[in-house]
Amino acid sequence: MKEELFELLLRLADDQLVLGHRVSEWCGHAPTLEEDLALPNIALDLIGQARSLYTYAGEIEGKGRDEDQLAYLRLEHDYHNLLLVERPNGDFAQTILRQLYFSVFMHAWWREATKSKDETLAAIAAKAVKEAIYHVRHAAEWTIRLGDGTEESARRMADAVNELYRFTGELFETDEVTDKLAAAGIVPDPASLRDEWDRTIAEIFAEAQLEMPDPETWQHKGGRKGVHGEEMGFLLADLQYMQRAYPGMTW
Amino acid sequence: MVTDAALDRADMQAKAWEAAAAVPDPEVPCVTVADLGILRSVEIDDDGVAVARVTPTYSGCPATLAIELAVETALREAGFEARIERVMSPAWTTEWIGPEAREKLREYGIAPPEEASGSIRSLFGETRVACPRCGSTNTARVSEFGSTPCKAHYRCEDCLEPFDYFKCI
Repeated sequence: MKEELFELLLRLADDQLVLGHRVSEWCGHAPTLEEDLALPNIALDLIGQARSLYTYAGEIEGKGRDEDQLAYLRLEHDYHNLLLVERPNGDFAQTILRQLYFSVFMHAWWREATKSKDETLAAIAAKAVKEAIYHVRHAAEWTIRLGDGTEESARRMADAVNELYRFTGELFETDEVTDKLAAAGIVPDPASLRDEWDRTIAEIFAEAQLEMPDPETWQHKGGRKGVHGEEMGFLLADLQYMQRAYPGMTW
Repeated sequence: MVTDAALDRADMQAKAWEAAAAVPDPEVPCVTVADLGILRSVEIDDDGVAVARVTPTYSGCPATLAIELAVETALREAGFEARIERVMSPAWTTEWIGPEAREKLREYGIAPPEEASGSIRSLFGETRVACPRCGSTNTARVSEFGSTPCKAHYRCEDCLEPFDYFKCI
């Protein structure tokens, strides 16, 4: 079970770190000053969650790797994050939609994980679920405001809905790792969160005057196996530059 | 029967708590880390080391490390050997902020937290937050995210003062 738990913690940490990095790219570029505070705040939450998860993953692995080694010294194919979180920011509508799709899922995941039989994971979840509530509210409010806004904002939101929907199937993907850990009561079964996610998204889209995408939309996969989009290498180059250029540096 | 050693340890513990509890929060210096419930406990272990247990407010709060260092420094200055332990569970909640600390926040110009909302869909600010300057509840939320992870950004529609609101979590 140790191997599976390490793998799952890594996936989860990679999701939060990669999305945290993407969201942090808005720092200094957000459309309003309030958003310039909000987005880095959200990025901080995500990176903070990633740090707790990497630290714990390192302990479970037992090979002496710490959070920094796990974040900075792994190659692209060793990253097992969802494809959704590595998608480029695009316009503000795409960033908001990515936040909505992901945080509605994570809110449910963290809430269920607070009941985990693994005490450390339950403690991390108890903290993260409170943060996720704010992330969902932020994304939902913008989705409604922009979806039900001007002609241009509505068009951009509708484009984002369709652009990103094909990366959401991966959220609910199960494999031997999730099956084993879910059966042991350590993590929620992601597939079991599908109905709630569909309902919440449909409710928000209805209010935002946005159409639900076709559920038969072809879905991309591969993130959990380390098969990424071409943008991932650039993201890591940016994220890991300091440790690669000056190994072991601290400040 | 209470032994002298036990009494000494209780005394030391009280003294250590006093030193650590007086540390102001680096981002909201009108209140201490004890006021905010960030400092959970200080105990003297069998080797006489003062062990302070500290919990972060938010997973990514940049002040966490600054708080840990400040508590450690305060304990050392009070003559203790010190160690900091970071505790995650139970997760920090604004319910740990007592009435006196809430009043200190208000005087400082930060609206103290109202009752925690666990709802993910409380759209467009259902919480009624009173302006810390004029007391009016005719206020509007500008952004869910303010100058630090623990605060939201509000504006008073009566006195027009912008202010921080200590978010409920």
